This record gives sequence, C-alpha cells and structure tokens, in this order.
Amino acid sequence: MSSPVLKVSDLTVEFWVDGVWYPAAVNINFEVEAGQTVAIVGESGSGKSTVAMAIMSLLASNARVSGGIQLKGEEVLGASPQVLQKYRGKEVAYIFQEPMTALNPVYTIGFQIIETLRNHFDMGPKDAKARAIELLTMVEIPDPERSVDKYPHQLSGGQRQRAMIAQALACDPALLIADEPTTALDVTVQAEILDLMRGLRTRLNSGILLITHDMGVVADMADEIMVMQSGHTVEYGTADQIFNRPTNPYTQQLLASVPKLGSTTMRILEPSQAIREPVLKLSNVTIEYPKRGRLPAFVAVEDFSLEIFPGEIVGLVGESGSGKTTVGRAAIGLLPIKSGNLEVVGQDISGASQKDLRRIRRSTGIVFQDPASSLNPRLPIGESIGEPIFLAKIAKDKELDKRVEDLLASVELPRSYRNRYPHELSGGQRQRVGIARALALTPDILIADEPTSALDVSVQARFLELLQELQGQLKFACLFISHDLGVVDILAHRIAVMQNGKLVEVGSRDEILKHPKHPYTQRLIGAVPVPDPAEQRLRREARLAAKY
Amino acid sequence: MSIFGRRTKPVEEQIDGDIFNKETDGLSQGQIVRKRFVRHRGAMISLVVLLSLIIFVFSALGFKIFGIGYGGWWKYKITDIPNLRTTGCSIELPGCPTLDLLPGKNFGLGDHPFGQDDLGRDYFALVMRGAERSIEVMVVIGLVAGFLGIVVGSIAGFYRGVIDAFFMRLVDFIITIPVIVIGSVLGYHFGSKGVLFLALFLGLVSWGGLSRLVRGDFLTLREREFVDAARVAGASNRRIIFKHILPNAIGVIIVNVTLIMSGAILLEAALSYLGFGVVPPDVSLGLLISQYQDSFTTRPWLFWYPGLIIIIVALSVNFIGDGLRDAFDPRQRRRISRKDRAAERQPIVKK
Repeated sequence: MSSPVLKVSDLTVEFWVDGVWYPAAVNINFEVEAGQTVAIVGESGSGKSTVAMAIMSLLASNARVSGGIQLKGEEVLGASPQVLQKYRGKEVAYIFQEPMTALNPVYTIGFQIIETLRNHFDMGPKDAKARAIELLTMVEIPDPERSVDKYPHQLSGGQRQRAMIAQALACDPALLIADEPTTALDVTVQAEILDLMRGLRTRLNSGILLITHDMGVVADMADEIMVMQSGHTVEYGTADQIFNRPTNPYTQQLLASVPKLGSTTMRILEPSQAIREPVLKLSNVTIEYPKRGRLPAFVAVEDFSLEIFPGEIVGLVGESGSGKTTVGRAAIGLLPIKSGNLEVVGQDISGASQKDLRRIRRSTGIVFQDPASSLNPRLPIGESIGEPIFLAKIAKDKELDKRVEDLLASVELPRSYRNRYPHELSGGQRQRVGIARALALTPDILIADEPTSALDVSVQARFLELLQELQGQLKFACLFISHDLGVVDILAHRIAVMQNGKLVEVGSRDEILKHPKHPYTQRLIGAVPVPDPAEQRLRREARLAAKY
Repeated sequence: MSIFGRRTKPVEEQIDGDIFNKETDGLSQGQIVRKRFVRHRGAMISLVVLLSLIIFVFSALGFKIFGIGYGGWWKYKITDIPNLRTTGCSIELPGCPTLDLLPGKNFGLGDHPFGQDDLGRDYFALVMRGAERSIEVMVVIGLVAGFLGIVVGSIAGFYRGVIDAFFMRLVDFIITIPVIVIGSVLGYHFGSKGVLFLALFLGLVSWGGLSRLVRGDFLTLREREFVDAARVAGASNRRIIFKHILPNAIGVIIVNVTLIMSGAILLEAALSYLGFGVVPPDVSLGLLISQYQDSFTTRPWLFWYPGLIIIIVALSVNFIGDGLRDAFDPRQRRRISRKDRAAERQPIVKK
C-alpha cells in the first residue's frame, strides 16, 4: 500500500482569546488510507471540527497550529494560499453540516458544480455541464437533467445534501471530509445518504474523514474511530474495539448514554387510565396555515385524534414536516384549529376567548426545542422562570424569590445562577431553565417539543433522567414530541406516529417499537442506526433487502 | 466576589460548592440594567457633564417657570449693548474674548469672557441663551420623536396586518414631505409662539425613520420562541411588547434617537438660517454660527464657543446612549480589570 491519503501528526490547534491561548485540539495523530473511513466522535466543543478545519486551513485568524498535516505525502501545513487553493476541492473536498447555508442560494446547483469543475480543470462549459449531470446522476438526484438548473431552495433537504456531495465529488478528491453530514436530516433520509456515501467510497476509492456526534452513524460507516474530549484524543481504534471493548471511561460513558432502541427494560408504571378523564383530548383536529398572498393555504395536520391521560407520557414521533410541532403548539392554544375539537383539562380551547385561554394555559406548560431562542436573551433567567408565577398573581416579591429558588433547585441549577442571562449558560443548563419555567405553575400537562435535539448525548441522558424524576414527583401528563425514536423509547408509555399531517399509528411503546403494523412505522424504525457495527450491518442489509 | 458578567462563555457545570450554595438576591431586569449603567464609566461621566452643563446654562441668564423666577447670575442680558472694547485681551481686536487661562496680566474671566459680537453685545450671554434654546429643541424633538417612533413602530410590527399598513402609509406620507419645508411653513405661522412650539411640531414629523426601524426589529423578534413562551406564561400583548420585545430592540432605538437628537440641533440651525426657526432677538447656537460664518477668519471666537457647546452636548448624548445600550445588552461584557486579567493568566487547562 502507498502512503496514506491523510496523515496528521502531533496536530495542536490553539485559539487566542482574551490574552490566553486556549487549546482546542492537542497532539492529534491519525491516518486515513484510501478507501477507508475514519470517524472522529465527540460532543460539542471537543475540537472535532477544529481538526477538520485545520486540515482545510480554514481556521480563524486567531488560531495557532503546530504539528504536521500530510496529504498524499505532501506537507500542507503552512503552505502558500496558491498551493492551498489547488488542493482544496481537488484533493480534499468538504461536505458541510447544513446544506441550505453551505450552498449559495442565488446560484443553481448546476452552476456551483460547474464552477468547481472549471476552476480545477481545463474544461468547456458544455463538457462541464455534461459532467455535472453525470455527477448528479451518480448521487441519485431524481431527474438530473432538470435538477441541474434548480436553485437550492427548490430541493428537499436530502436532495440538497446530495447536491453538496456531488459538488464535493466533482474532482474525484482523494479525501472527503464530511462534517456532520446527516445531522440536519431525517432518519430515513439519513439512511439513504449514508448508503450513498458508502457506495461512493467503494466506487471512487477515496478516504473519508467523518465527523459526527451520532454513535449510530459511526457504527454504520466507520472502519476506525477516534474519540475526542475537550481537545484530547481519549481513544483511537477500530470500530470493533471501540464499540465492543472500549477501555476509556469516557468512551464507555458516551456509549452508555446513547439511547438504544428497544433496550430499555425498566417499565414505568402504567397509569390507571380507565377511571380518569383525559387531560388533553384532540378529536378530528385539522390545523391549517392560512393562505398568504399567492401561497395557497397549507393543511399541516388533518383529522388528528389523540387522548392523553393524567400521569402519562405520550411520545409523538415523525419526520420533519409531519406536523408534530403544529400539534404541540395547537394544544396550548398558540395556533388556532380549523375544525375538530381540542380539550385541555376538560375545557374546549378551540373557541376560547383570550381570558379563558390565559386561564387554561395555567394548567399547561411547554418546553421549546431551542433553548437559545425560547429564553428572552435580555431577561435574567430568574425572571424568566418567575414570570408565569408573577403573571398568575400567585406570589410576589419575597415569596416569588423563594419559588424561583425552589424551581432552580428542582432542576439542579445553583441558586446563584438566577441573575444570569441565558447566553451565560450551557445548552443543557438553558434547557433545564426551560423546564423550570414550564413547571412553574405545576401544570397538568407538559408539552415537550424536541427538548433534547439541541443537546449532546451525555447531556441529553442527564436531561431525560431529570425529566423522568420530575414526572415521577409531580405526576404531570406529557406530550413528548421528538424525531428520535431512541429518546421516545426511554420516556414514553405510549407512542403516536405521524406522517404528512396524519396520525399513522398509535399504541403502547412495545406495540409500536417491537411490532409496528404500519409500513411507515416499520420504515422509520428500520432507518434508525444502532450504535453497534455488527447489528447495524444486519439491519442495513435487511432494510436494503426490503427496498429491492 | 461576583462571577457575574465576567466571561461570556458558559461556565462549566463543575463549579465550587461555595458558589453553588451562595445566597443570591433575585434582581429584576430593571435593577440589573441600572446597575450596569451606573458601572459604565463613560456614560456616567457624560451624564454628570451634561447635567452640570444644563444647570450652568439655564441658571446663567435666569428663567421663569410658573411664576417662580430666578434672575440669573450673569451681569449682561442678551439685549444689553455695552461699548465695544478693544483692550484687556491678548489678541487686541475689537470685541475679543477676555477669558484667559494662562497666568499673566490678563488672567481671569475679564469683562466679556467669550468676547462681544459686532454690535458689542456680550457673547457669553448670547451663547448661554443659544445653548438654552438648542438644548430645549433637542430634548423636545428627541422625546416626541422617540416616543412616537417607538410606540408606532412596536404596534405596527407586533400586530401587522391592517394596523401595520395604516401606520406605514402614514409614515410614507410624512417621510415624503421635506422636513425643512414643513419647518419653514410652521415657523412662518407659529414662529412667534416660541421655540418650544416649533420643536414640538418638528418632533411630530421626524419619527418616521425610527418607527420603520423599530417595526423591522419587531417583525423579526415576534417570531422568536421566547415570545410564544411569554404568551404561554400568560403575558398580555402589552407586556410582551414592552417587557419582552422592546429591550431586545433597544440597540436600534438608542442609536436612532441619538442621531435624531444631534440632527435636531442641525435642523434648528438650518431653519434659523432660513429665518423660520428661532427669530431674533432670541438666539440659538445654530443661529449664532450661521450668523457669523463670514467672521471665521477675522474673529474665530464667534465660532469657537457655540461650536464647543454643540460638541459637548452631542458627545455626551452619544456616550449616554452607548451606556444605555451596553446596559441593556447582556452580551456586552464588563471591561476586565487589571487584577482580573492577572488572575486569568493562570493556566486554564486542567490536564
């Protein structure tokens, strides 16, 4: 075998912040051979993207890099901009996390691929276009002749990511760096993209450097794995070693905190459903976004019926655009419903006046998806938490202070944090503030709208534990909206599956996860990657067999 | 020691036990903003300077409000016409300023510290009266335009739809008419009723731009999730607008209001120059400068003093605005003192 495609030796990256060199990556060593996939795994802030950026020489100007980066035996660290320009795109290609922002919205995808081609090869416009169509065909974009003239916003998320991959592959790069290539995608689309990348690896024989936080994706793709924690390599080995015989405690903890589908054995007590009235009752609800200008009205949820009983956690799963969030927002009266009946704690919410609505909302709480956006950035968190209590005129001044402190303590945050602004907290802490606010009025029903999707796995595991604990104490009912079946599996008593605004299947956790009846549910469950390479291979083969 | 506001990075979860259990009084948004404003050195200095200047200026010639009058401590009025004097100052020109801060025979204030104008009127008295007028105009225009711009912009941006369309067409209408023309017409008809009346009217026509900007900010901010969160918490529309969204739009507002206020001085000067603003014998700083623009080479002090006061006022207003904006913006970090910095030089990496 010739020299490796990429050889990183003793790479150290530091950033100059406020007069101090902060190390972002320390003494990183790894190699990528042709046709091999190396994965860098770690939580946010562990320095995985910094390493990738250092390889592309795209670091911010306050960075200091030492060590060596050899590409096909040539040192690229400290090379001149002209040299860098030559190997970027041609030898090393980069797939970004967010295809919507990484593709230029004012140019067609064809133009962007052709640009890359003509920058690196002496190629006429006609030939380049032919090659672009060929590439789009290779990444399995439907109808490539027409898609080549489409703008990024005219494609779906998965197609956009395919276009990005086509652009990255334009010059047959020896090394492909994929930075969280599927994080922004739904599970079924993610499975397709991963299949595509695996196929391309064998066909083009390029090395792939995969950067991700998702252990399932890693299990699906990687030959070798490097686990990083706060800038340091904690473990480096083959996929088999890492998954089956991890030696480092951090790796073990990381693997343990990944929610595994169908592996939870602890059953939460089934609440006695028969006697009590449901706290949330949706019957034949249709929700429509009204027409705006030339855009026709859009039916987001159609004929949706669901009941949630006191003390019960119902998981609502589906892919993006399936209408899960719409249901959640309608349940607390943030969106009007077009037809049907929506009752919260026995009160009809559909025709309620502002005043009634305010009263009904006192028995509901909601945790939003993105804690960075759902907390007012100009309000100290103590005030955010205390606001529902203050507005419900339950407590004031000293008493309110006391309540806020209790709430902070119940979500395990220090009391001294109360005067902090949201940006001074980490993602997990912010989401706990979100819970504290939602629980401020001890609601009967809590709507949790993807509360963990912005969190790292280990933070997510702690967060879910906390939520379970609180639910055990306070016995509120919960509608838990998520795209992640693993998370729903841990929490929910019952699971409802949505597709394109319609309820596809609803049943107890075991019914849905172990014996799904509807083909869509089966497909959804089949697409979830499992953090175990051997099992994942079996699942993948089963899925592909079912497809053809 | 408080660790509040020292670093913008999220602090790690593992913190010392003493911080965890520290008793902390809950502070409201208002209290925190006030604390941060008081801590802003530039803004506090400017506030003191501006307030002292206002007291100095308004007490110099005296005032009369609701029958309570104060005669003023300066010996001349703007209507007094003493003889033109050529001696007693270093430049030895007719009407030269007698203020001399260098030790020597002319040291001290002298008879006419800012000099005399071509008629022999005391320039100090003129500048004081001019500053009074200019500050009045500036404050009134700033308050009226700021209030209208914020309220109209917030309501239009928050409610959208018909209300928005109505207000924005109104803004279109007001913006298309040149302020200088409105000012001239108003000045011509109502000039005799005093400068405050004119300022009020100018304020009524100069809020258009601000309301557009505020509306734009509101349109983005109202879609943020924290607005929904506040609504779920039971907040009324009024509370959402003023407590939740407005503090987030404060940067734009303050920048624009300070611009309106410094623009007001220039607008008043322009109108006065055209003869529609402040009518002689009353004076304003703008009027003084434009009246004596030909004397720039021969008697520059007729420029210096009104100019100096305009600069002080405009700078102070800008610094106070800066301080307010920083106080509202939690991301503005406090400047790290030398002691803190020395502490931070210690190695941060644990391993």
